[in-house]
Amino acid sequence: MTTRIALLLLVMFLQAGCSIKPWVKPYERSRLADPVMNAAGHPVAESYMNHVHQAREAMRGAEGSAGGGCGCN
Amino acid sequence: MQLMRAGWILLLAVPLCVRAAVLPEDRFDLLGHQYDGGGMQIEGPSVLVRKSFADTVAVSANYYVDEVSAASIDVVTSASPYTEKRTEKSVGLDYLRGKAIYSFSYGNSKESDFEANSAHFDLSQDFFGDLTTLTMGYSLGKDEVFRSGDNTFSDEAERRHFRIGLSQVLTRDLVASVKAELITDEGYLNNPYRSVRYLNSAGSYSFEPERYPRTRTSEATTIGLSYYLPWRAGLHGEYRMYDDSWGIDATSWQVKLIQPLGQRWTLETRYRRYNQGQADFYSDLFPYQNAQNFLARDKELSDFDSTVFGVGIGVQFNRAERETFNRAGLHLWVDQFQFDYNNFRDIRVTTLPGQEPLYSFDATVTRLLFTIWY
Repeated sequence: MTTRIALLLLVMFLQAGCSIKPWVKPYERSRLADPVMNAAGHPVAESYMNHVHQAREAMRGAEGSAGGGCGCN
Repeated sequence: MQLMRAGWILLLAVPLCVRAAVLPEDRFDLLGHQYDGGGMQIEGPSVLVRKSFADTVAVSANYYVDEVSAASIDVVTSASPYTEKRTEKSVGLDYLRGKAIYSFSYGNSKESDFEANSAHFDLSQDFFGDLTTLTMGYSLGKDEVFRSGDNTFSDEAERRHFRIGLSQVLTRDLVASVKAELITDEGYLNNPYRSVRYLNSAGSYSFEPERYPRTRTSEATTIGLSYYLPWRAGLHGEYRMYDDSWGIDATSWQVKLIQPLGQRWTLETRYRRYNQGQADFYSDLFPYQNAQNFLARDKELSDFDSTVFGVGIGVQFNRAERETFNRAGLHLWVDQFQFDYNNFRDIRVTTLPGQEPLYSFDATVTRLLFTIWY
C-alpha cells in the first residue's frame, strides 16, 4: 500500500514537473551575469585560498559553491 | 610533505570553477602569494594561462610554487627549522558540446620528500532553460612519500574523489547551489616527521612517532546562496558540513560581499568561521607509551576554531583597441586568520605536563594578482 502511494506521489510530482516552465527568462538574467555574482571570479586567487584553508584544517572536499547556472551568455 | 595534502585542492579547483555551458575566459594570471603566521612563511608565484579555440575547446596550464621557511611550534619543539620548496604543474582541457562542458586535467606536485600525480574529470550540464546546472566529477591521485635523511623509507597512498553539484537560478537576483564530495584515501597517510607525546615514569613526557590508520573516507556538503543587492553588489553566503571515518566533524560558514566602486574599482570583504572536533585517536598528551593502536598529536586533527576577516581591492582597465588584449586588472587581497586550539598545548612553556597554556596564533595571507584578458 505504502509503495503504491509513493508511486502515485512520484507520478504526480513528475507530471507537475512537466508543466513548470523556466520562470526567469533569458532577458531577465542580466543581474545574474554581472561579475559581482561570481564569488570565484579569479580562479588562481580563489584556489590558493582554498589551499590555505585545507592546509590548516581537517575539512576537505566540496570547496566553494557550484559554479554556473545563470545561462547568461 | 604537509603541504601536499592541501596542494590537491589547487588541482581540483580550476575545473570546478567553470561556469556551465560557457568556456572559461581567455586570460593570463600572475599571482604572488604570501602566508605569514605561526612561525611559517610561505610564498611564491602562481601562473595560469587559458586559451580557447573555435568556441568549443579551451586549454589551460598552471605553474605554482610554495617556498617554505618553517619554524612552527611543531618544528621548534621536536625538530629544527627548515626550508622547503614545492612545485606544482598542471594542464587542463575543457570541451564544450551543446549545453555540456567536459573538463580533463592532470597535475604533478613535487617536494624533496613527496611526489603526487593526479588526474581529474568533470562534467557540467545545463538544463531546464539553463536555470539548472548539474556538475559531476571524479579524481584519482597517487602519492609517493619519502623521509629526508632516511633512504630506507618510502611508501605510497592512493586518493579517489567523487563529487556532484547542482546550482539553481531561483529568481532574477538569486542563485542557490549545493555540492557534495566523497574522498577515500588508502595508504600511508601520516606525516613521517611528526610525534606524539606521552607521560613517562619520571613524571615528565617523552615523544614517539605518530601512527595513523591507512584508510580514511570523508564526506563534505556545501550549500551556497548568491544574491544581487539592489545597489549593484553581490552578496555570497556559504555553509559547509564535514565528517570523516577518523571521527572528525567540522562546519564552516562564510559571507562575502563584492561591491563595485564606480566603473573601474571593486571592493571585496569576507568573514569566515570554522570549527572542528578532534580525531578519535588524537591526544595532546597520551597517558603512557603505545597507549593505543593509532596515535596523533597533529594540531590540524585537534579540536579548534578559526576566524578569517579579509579585504580586497581591485582595479580594471578596458582597452578600445583589441588586437592584443582587451582588459587588464590588478587585485590585492589581505586576509587575517586567527586560530584557537582547544586541546593542543603550547609546550614551549615549561610547567607540569598537561598544564601548559592552550596554543593559538594568527596569520596574514596576502595575494597580489595581475590579469590580462585577451
